[in-house]
Amino acid sequence: MMKKFALGLVATAAVALSGLANAADFNPAIVFDMGGKFDKSFNEAAYNGIEKFKKETGIDYMEFEVTQVSQREQATQRMAKKGADIVIAMGFAQAAAVEKAAKANPDTKFTLIDMVVDLPNVQSIVFREEQGSFLVGVAAAMASKSGKVGFIGGMDIPLIRKFALGYKEGVLYANPKAEVIENMTGTTPAAWNDPTKGSELAKSQFDRGADVVFAAAGGTGLGVLQTAADEKKLAIGVDSNQDYLHPGTMLTSMLKRVDVAVYNALMSAKDGTWKPGIQVLGLKEDGVGFSVDEWNKGVLTDDMIAAMEKAKADIIEGKIKVTNYMDQ
Amino acid sequence: METFHIIVLLLDATFRVATPLVLAALAGMFSERSGVVDIGLEGKMLGAAFAAAAVAALSGSAWVGLGAGIITSIALSMLHAYACVTHKGNQVVSGMAINIVVAGLAPTLGYAWFRMGGQTPPLSGDARFRSLTLPFAETMRDVPIVGYIYAELISGHNIIVYMAAAAVPICAWILYKTRFGLRVRAVGENPHAVDTAGITVDLLRYKALAVTGLLCGIAGSYLSTAHGAGFIRDMTAGKGYLALAALIFGKWRPVPTLFACLLFAFTDAVQARLQGVELPVVGVIPVQFIQALPYILTVLLLAGFVGKANPPKAIGEPYIKER
Repeated sequence: MMKKFALGLVATAAVALSGLANAADFNPAIVFDMGGKFDKSFNEAAYNGIEKFKKETGIDYMEFEVTQVSQREQATQRMAKKGADIVIAMGFAQAAAVEKAAKANPDTKFTLIDMVVDLPNVQSIVFREEQGSFLVGVAAAMASKSGKVGFIGGMDIPLIRKFALGYKEGVLYANPKAEVIENMTGTTPAAWNDPTKGSELAKSQFDRGADVVFAAAGGTGLGVLQTAADEKKLAIGVDSNQDYLHPGTMLTSMLKRVDVAVYNALMSAKDGTWKPGIQVLGLKEDGVGFSVDEWNKGVLTDDMIAAMEKAKADIIEGKIKVTNYMDQ
Repeated sequence: METFHIIVLLLDATFRVATPLVLAALAGMFSERSGVVDIGLEGKMLGAAFAAAAVAALSGSAWVGLGAGIITSIALSMLHAYACVTHKGNQVVSGMAINIVVAGLAPTLGYAWFRMGGQTPPLSGDARFRSLTLPFAETMRDVPIVGYIYAELISGHNIIVYMAAAAVPICAWILYKTRFGLRVRAVGENPHAVDTAGITVDLLRYKALAVTGLLCGIAGSYLSTAHGAGFIRDMTAGKGYLALAALIFGKWRPVPTLFACLLFAFTDAVQARLQGVELPVVGVIPVQFIQALPYILTVLLLAGFVGKANPPKAIGEPYIKER
């Protein structure tokens, strides 16, 4: 029944859009992944990017939120069939779906975020998460009084290991004696949506002496940040700026500028400058970074910001090498 | 001393994780002892979690939220009763239907009401059950061993954890020492005999399912307003099924069921603690193995130690007067 309902939604969206299509000959579409477009993290960043595009150009878009693994392929195919000029696919898990849809629809452009598919009509955008994680690791080590910091990942996949490794290197760079406690929430996609488990993992890390924790775990991370706020410990958010959730206990957020990437992909597709291939966005391209705002003012001190800026410059110049887990 | 602290903290986590399992398993106990299979514990908990979080967010009071959670869960329980007691429907199908309906309905309603992608707004302040510090907990802390256990393990939980702890003896008393309990047990074993004694089987099963709804409602509300802070899609994450397993594990009796729940919760706490820790001889254990630990343990215990579990005789069979 869910599937029928979902199909109905796509159909309605398509019908609603066909009226618009005459006004503007550009039809963008986006497929969000599990977690949904309001996950306050990865998908929400993409939503913000496409909303910005809509606001500036007045062009509406088709969207689909994947809630079951089996829907991915169907959703991507549908968007192409409904005449989308460009389909943005969010998340590593959509690679297989994009590959299939791209082969079947060679005239449609596909932009895949977080994974690489090598086809002439696919643009793959990946981020140097390890670089951004390195910087927040530096801040974590400096903010920690106990010399112990924590990391909580969502599903145990290479992408999350990449966050973990960069973070660990950053922590040890700032304080070689520091200890990093690492936890993964699970090995199935349910690990992205289990805030109570996240909360328990955070509590267990705090009990073991950690006083700063970095959550790269989607919806599960919300439980981690909440627990840090409850226990008056520091937490680091991920992907989107999550500092506003708990002002005072949020040290910073590791930003992954998915919003910029989505916005740029749409703009370039509209202008006709869109190119297939792989784009790697790191510190140099401002694809990753950290947040400094009114919510973490005072928590993230000037010393930490200075150290992070210095590390950032060194990474860009190549003086600091951050290991990419995927290249190992 | 270090080991002692670790054990106390592990048990502390065990209590927090076990609370929803204990409440849901006790809920299932009433239903199943009265002869109605309740696979819908998961759905009732999820429904209660959503209602509690939504109402707590709007009213700003966790207690009002808890009330809404209980009402929702009882309503779902009555739906189950209507389908499989009044209309003699298949109990497994009805339970499964409840799970599926709630899993879809809760995020959909959440989306319509709060526009946050099926979540409810994050709860804070009075909209959540905060942890309580029991009297003298801080002054007692310095007393060796006993003081630490009191301050860390006994004190500092939220009210629902204590409610769950109290629920076990209360439910055991109701089931074994009251007229209602006796009838519930009898109707699950031999409904014809109960009917002959002049008691309405259907009404009794409705009553038992109402108790199930009440307990499940508390369990669900705990997830979203006490342990967590807000509703997230599928946040029960299989706890209803785990509670059902604990119930069977505990042979449909309150105290063994409590221990089964504590065991599940303990392995969960150990699992969080063991990840990435270097152990002597074996070194670091892979995450996958540690996460499989609770299930491996369950299989081993079920196969080796628990012995034969005798379910209530009339379980799963709708009662038809003349046969």
